[in-house]
Amino acid sequence: MAGRLKGKIAFVTGGASGLGAACAARFLAEGAVVTIADLAIEGTSAGGPGSLHRRHFDVTDEAAWEAALAETVREFGRLDILVNAAGISLDGDDLEHCTPEIWNRTIAVNLDGVFLGCKHGVRTMKAFGGGSIINFASILAKVGDGGSIAYTASKGGVRLLTRSTAVYCNRNRLGIRCNAVCPGYFETPMLTNYFATQPAATKQNLIAAQPSGRLGQPKELAGLLVYLASDESHSCNGADFVVDGGFTAA
Amino acid sequence: MNGVDGSTGRLAGKVAIVTGGASGIGRATWRRFLSEGARVLVADRDPSIESEVAAAGSDGAFASLDVRDAESWAALVATSKHRFGRLDVLVNCAGILREGTVEDTSLAEWREVIQVNLTGTFLGCQAAASLMRAGGGGSIVNLSSVSGLKGDAGLVAYDASKGAVAALTRDVALYFARRGEAIRCNSVHPNVVATNMVTGFFKTAKLQKLEQWMESQPSGRMIEPEEIAAAILFLASDESRYVNGSEFVVDCGATA
Repeated sequence: MAGRLKGKIAFVTGGASGLGAACAARFLAEGAVVTIADLAIEGTSAGGPGSLHRRHFDVTDEAAWEAALAETVREFGRLDILVNAAGISLDGDDLEHCTPEIWNRTIAVNLDGVFLGCKHGVRTMKAFGGGSIINFASILAKVGDGGSIAYTASKGGVRLLTRSTAVYCNRNRLGIRCNAVCPGYFETPMLTNYFATQPAATKQNLIAAQPSGRLGQPKELAGLLVYLASDESHSCNGADFVVDGGFTAA
Repeated sequence: MNGVDGSTGRLAGKVAIVTGGASGIGRATWRRFLSEGARVLVADRDPSIESEVAAAGSDGAFASLDVRDAESWAALVATSKHRFGRLDVLVNCAGILREGTVEDTSLAEWREVIQVNLTGTFLGCQAAASLMRAGGGGSIVNLSSVSGLKGDAGLVAYDASKGAVAALTRDVALYFARRGEAIRCNSVHPNVVATNMVTGFFKTAKLQKLEQWMESQPSGRMIEPEEIAAAILFLASDESRYVNGSEFVVDCGATA
């Protein structure tokens, strides 16, 4: 089954952990050349032979975007796939307690970071006549949860930023596609860290609220990402794809 | 991936029913499913596809189906059990498109569209449940449309039927999930696809001519049936096992 992304050049932000890491692992297994870009990575091994490359990366730094994508093209010849998976969820993010610091940091990483990715992804890909950009929104781009005001606002912004980017690419006939994925509750470090700050019953209550009776496993998102990254989804543009075990169908 | 029967492909070992298999998206879907290692029961009211299915090998079989008729569905599912022993995937592809505004659509025309597109899908979900359950789960893929998400101003019955298919899909998804059963149900929402249904429609359409439609599209093209088959394949396969009750839009950005 391997080889669905054979020869494609991919850049995955937030690729060091959670859903981004599962994405990078699967892209590698499908034959892509993958750069994982993450604040948690020290230094850089981007470039040179091999399929996996790692780079320290701050998605809020526009100069870093310009440099990293230029280097990707220089080293690997092109850019086919950009996955904007980097995201944060901070403690104390409910409406009455969210401080300007929490708000600004969340919007900076989750929304500004995806904007900069789309901007420089499009500028880079259009020289090659196309590409696929995949943005991480969330089911919280569709429904509220009452406890994550900045996170929810940032993800709602990603969903519409994605649509605007798709329409822009269509209008200018760039051949670039841009779609959003909306994961539900997956067993990731982000969610585990959240549980650690909450009463013990929080995890069990959240699981009980899932129609599927369980959390998603990161590798269960990877199949959708391969589909959206591959040429098989040539006609998918400006759409959002929910993977939540039925949570938002109710 | 290897199936229990030694087949390979993304649907190895699975048995599927594809309705509306005589043409368009249904035809592209069963052909793709066969190439991915599934065994497929190709169902349609129109038997003209039978020889093509037979020529594709012993993993495929044609069966006559009137999607509006519960007995016809029961016979089809019994055929799947008898011939292939199980049922893992149901693709409700059969559908019709009729022009008509809210003011000029007769009740008979309304019912014709609702019965095929909506009642047919409901009966399919109902009929498939027990055999899927017996095999430990399954995936149902219902064909809706971008017309199930937005209005067209001249396709009142079609739009209503496709909107209802999306709602039906969410209900079916939650029904099985809350029972702890691994039967998933998702809807696919294509924009205009290059099929006989669409080209036939535009030949007589008062709403819009095909050329006008093409000019109004940001992508400037129709979608190929094979592209929708690829989306259906993803939803049919185990790769989408945490996808349930979702709307899968494949529209070249038309509703962005």
